[in-house]
Amino acid sequence: MTARAKIDQTALVTILLRLADDHLILGHRLSEWCGHAPMLEEDLAMPNMALDLIGQARSLYQYAAEAEGEGRTEDDLAYLRREREYLNCLMVERENGDFAHTMLRQFYFAAFMQAFWDGALESADETVAAIAGKAVKEVAYHLRHAGEWVVRLGDGTEESRRRMEQAVDALAPYVDELFEADAVSDAVAEAGIAPDPASLRKSFERTVGAVFAEAGLETQAVPYGQTGGRRGLHGEAMGYLLTELQYMQRTYPGAVW
Amino acid sequence: MSVRAEFSLPLEGRVAAQPTGGVASMAATFRSDAAPERAHPTPARSVPTLPSRGREDAAHAYAAAASVPDPEVPCVTIADLGILRSVEIENGVAVARVTPTYSGCPAVLAIELAVEAALREAGFEARVERVVSPPWTTDWITEEGRERLRAYGIAPPAKASNSVRALFGETDVACPKCGSHETSRVAEFGSTACKALYRCESCKEPFDYFKCI
Ligand SMILES: [Zn+2]
Repeated sequence: MTARAKIDQTALVTILLRLADDHLILGHRLSEWCGHAPMLEEDLAMPNMALDLIGQARSLYQYAAEAEGEGRTEDDLAYLRREREYLNCLMVERENGDFAHTMLRQFYFAAFMQAFWDGALESADETVAAIAGKAVKEVAYHLRHAGEWVVRLGDGTEESRRRMEQAVDALAPYVDELFEADAVSDAVAEAGIAPDPASLRKSFERTVGAVFAEAGLETQAVPYGQTGGRRGLHGEAMGYLLTELQYMQRTYPGAVW
Repeated sequence: MSVRAEFSLPLEGRVAAQPTGGVASMAATFRSDAAPERAHPTPARSVPTLPSRGREDAAHAYAAAASVPDPEVPCVTIADLGILRSVEIENGVAVARVTPTYSGCPAVLAIELAVEAALREAGFEARVERVVSPPWTTDWITEEGRERLRAYGIAPPAKASNSVRALFGETDVACPKCGSHETSRVAEFGSTACKALYRCESCKEPFDYFKCI
């Protein structure tokens, strides 16, 4: 009875892992701010958003594990893969940098994911549609929150503006990868399971354009973007991140609460 | 997790057909479900013509599961919140189906364990299954649940979670203490994933607002 679209299972599992890894890794990065945020409200907001992201990652890992059908669990997928097996985009694994950098990255990711989940609401796959149904509302809060900070810092003091401009420069090479399409994303889009990432660029640019206009910021064009995350090729920061993320499961394999 | 959509069709109808409710009316709905044409529009996989003993058991099991309080907001039960989708007796096992609230809600597992414990306490062999489709929204909180939240000091969520205005907090949030509509949002993200922090401009009290999703 389950509405699961007909598709090569490997493509479905791959796309679920890419999404799950994006959410897990960004959630982990955000959680690093816990106790270090510039004000109490943010100290609550960032772990809250991290919790949303990790919750969304869990739903995706659970479904990936089930679709894969090889007896792996969500924990195996989240904690016990090697670096080259993680398929997240490079933007999310970057070190947090300052608050402006973290918030701009959050804003970019939320702007992309809002368009993505919106397209996935009508997924031919019932589980993907259900995950999207919840995530699309949660990401709307993230988008507003991060968007307000981009405006406030971009249109703030000289110092906050300098920081936000630096963040725009620093993140510019990582934006294109969000929209990368390949055989896997094509197959998934064709089967009606999830939107083609390349098709989301207009919506993303509209969102970013509106907020940047208010913040007095300009997007930076880069000659070529960084790529590789979707194939498991990561930057230097990723290994350090995984060392911390996986510490417990590597030290006590199979540990449960 | 083997709990995906297999059961969701009949459940979906049941929940959607549940305008307001609380424990008592949910239990009543459950009983009326024993009428096969309503309860199981799809090929019945469980108890289309339940012997009356089984029906009583099922209602009893439902009441036991429905009384479980939310671990983070203990003034409301999981039935008030609309996250207990059904309880059925299948081959002698009480099977409760619950739906997660917010994606990152850390209470999900605690709730599932508490439901299982409540069913065992009531004398059943028990199993809890997680149903993700259709996704829970705050619109499923019953009228009684909303009242209880208010009495506890938490402003209940705006209705119509699909409206962008409600999601984006441009809604009218009344102070749960004095009823004033002169309120302002202090922080979007509050003490738990489901709450935002507000302040009443009339009585000056801070309060939690149960976020709409
Ligand atoms: Zn008041």
